[in-house]
Amino acid sequence: MKLQCPMPKLDFDIITLGHGSGGLLTNKLLDSGVFHLFDNKHLQQRHDGAMLTLEGKTAFTTDSFVISPIFFPDSNIGELAVNGTVNDLAMCGAIPQYLSLSFILEEGLKMTEFWEILVSIKSAAEQANVQIVTGDTKVVEKGKGDKIFINTTGIGHLHAKADIAPSNVQPGDKIIVSDSIATHGVAIMSVREGLEFESELKSDTRGLGHMVSILLDTFGEDIHLLKDPTRGGVATVLNEIARDRNLGIEILQKNLPLQNEVSALCEILGLDPLYVANEGIFIAVVSDAISEEVVEKLQSMEYGANASIIGEVTKNHPKQVVLTSAIGGKRIVNMLAGEQLPRIC
Amino acid sequence: MKFLSEYRDADLAKKYLDEIHSTVTRQWNIMEVCGGQTHSLVKNGIMDLLPKEVQMIHGPGCPVCVTPLHLIDKAIYLAEDKNVILCSFGDMLRVPGSKKSLLQAKAGGADVRILYSPLEAVQIANENPDKEVVFFAVGFETTAPANALSIDKAYDLGLTNYSILASQVLVPPAMEAVIEDEESKIDAFLAAGHVCTIMGMDEYYPLVAHYRIPMVVTGFEPVDLLQGILLTVQQLEKGEAELQNQYSRVVKPKGNAKAQELIRKIFMVSDREWRGIGTIPASGFEVRRKYAAFDANLKFTIQVEKVEEPKECIAGLVLKGIKKPKQCSQFGKKCTPQNPMGAPMVSSEGACAAYYHFSGAAETVA
Repeated sequence: MKLQCPMPKLDFDIITLGHGSGGLLTNKLLDSGVFHLFDNKHLQQRHDGAMLTLEGKTAFTTDSFVISPIFFPDSNIGELAVNGTVNDLAMCGAIPQYLSLSFILEEGLKMTEFWEILVSIKSAAEQANVQIVTGDTKVVEKGKGDKIFINTTGIGHLHAKADIAPSNVQPGDKIIVSDSIATHGVAIMSVREGLEFESELKSDTRGLGHMVSILLDTFGEDIHLLKDPTRGGVATVLNEIARDRNLGIEILQKNLPLQNEVSALCEILGLDPLYVANEGIFIAVVSDAISEEVVEKLQSMEYGANASIIGEVTKNHPKQVVLTSAIGGKRIVNMLAGEQLPRIC
Repeated sequence: MKFLSEYRDADLAKKYLDEIHSTVTRQWNIMEVCGGQTHSLVKNGIMDLLPKEVQMIHGPGCPVCVTPLHLIDKAIYLAEDKNVILCSFGDMLRVPGSKKSLLQAKAGGADVRILYSPLEAVQIANENPDKEVVFFAVGFETTAPANALSIDKAYDLGLTNYSILASQVLVPPAMEAVIEDEESKIDAFLAAGHVCTIMGMDEYYPLVAHYRIPMVVTGFEPVDLLQGILLTVQQLEKGEAELQNQYSRVVKPKGNAKAQELIRKIFMVSDREWRGIGTIPASGFEVRRKYAAFDANLKFTIQVEKVEEPKECIAGLVLKGIKKPKQCSQFGKKCTPQNPMGAPMVSSEGACAAYYHFSGAAETVA
């Protein structure tokens, strides 16, 4: 769902250094743009920070967003910046409540683009039921940034039944992905400069708080760990779990849910989908006993149609993730040494 | 996915595996020539499934691995020139030169761009007339047509700011060098499917006849590789030495005539230095004199010192299949994919990196 908000009349059609000066231009941009759009009682205070009343155990996280291109199929950096932090809170078993929102804008960014990003932020925040309560805007000279960088910090209160921690992961636990993997990263790659694919592929960026909340309502402490496999993909997250718990992980290639188009583009681009970034899925490590039920529950949700048990935690080969290939061979799935680089041939 | 899923079919793979197991009676060393095949063997865990009598030896067909150190230094030297945009295939970026890699040069401010096709580099040259655009043209016969096409196109466009830094090597001479090596233990080859797609099979008949060594032109999917291995083992067990084509859905006996014509138009055969192996006569391409203006080696005065490879690195012996990566004293110790001493540890096609990922060496050094 996209919000339609008409852009207010501003004096400039591009961002200038003056918009970050703290003076009149900054104020005008904030008044008619940010404050107007995200209006709530905390912002209305117009204070240096938000004063919040928090109850009980609270999760707190931060993330910066520097994606290129800033607009990609069906979404943009703004939506990503909200969902990314909201999802980090959700992975802690928290119900997202408040966000901070900071921009570093590059001189010359089109006001229409900035507005579209702001509108996406508003839309994503509303869907995730979070309030944007404080923020900052800086402008850097042309060439010193990449159009727009966004930082969001989030706060949320822990779900009453949540007991999520790496230390809860036990041998025998099942590993579940909530939907098809590698969709976001491949969608972004398909629109990067120089790679023009005739592809309908869209990023799957979305808030996961609602799904997590339902899982915790139903399964409580049987959900041992939640992780969103963003940068580095599924392989990296699984390696982190194996390393931190000194346990092994076994996964089955045939159980990895992958859209056909994503799979095809990975073949063409020479990428391993296990290492491709995701934005709209999570990995759940859960008790064996409830694993099938968790998958059924996820599959009944809008964003969980392709949920699947992809593997399990084992005492064997501690710290290693071992994949059984479609033909039954085994290989170790390591952490990447650096960025995933396409092969020559 | 059509044309892929049927070659990843678990039942068919099992059928070929069973047949390999029931056919083999003694030890055979089979070299898969191409790095793409190595990559697939590892990725699908195939070596694990083969009988212990069948030893796969990873051949020199990894372009990243055989590109000489001084050429990587040259690419870095050019990349660090403020007037140069250096374009390259992705996996060349992490290969260590004598002091740094292209990735490190990029981090230091060099304009290094990862491309999927050299034609993109021609486009960049066309759009940036005030910059020199150099494409790091690395690879075997498979990349040669596209690299040739880039020069052909730049020539037609009248571009004076495009050139290639070529390390263009040929498979048959390298196979011959491997066979000729006194320590060689190779009993048969899986020939490189995509190289044969371009060049056809004619070059391989003399090798098979002269050395009485079985060769099977083989593809890259698990079922391809297993069928290729089965055909090879069948020949070996019967004492035959034939050239067979497992990859006939792609490889035609005469190859791709148009691509060959383009290669001949732009390139001529020349001696080439192979990292870890040394100079092999008539084992590569260089740009023809007519197109000398597009040869970065001639166009620029590139001053790099000739640096010796680290003494402990046995990359050459590994590339020739004489030593296994694990027989190297530095394997998984000083030499890892994060900090490679020699090129076979860099690319996922490289024998050392393949073994590292496959064999759990990561664990022993973690």
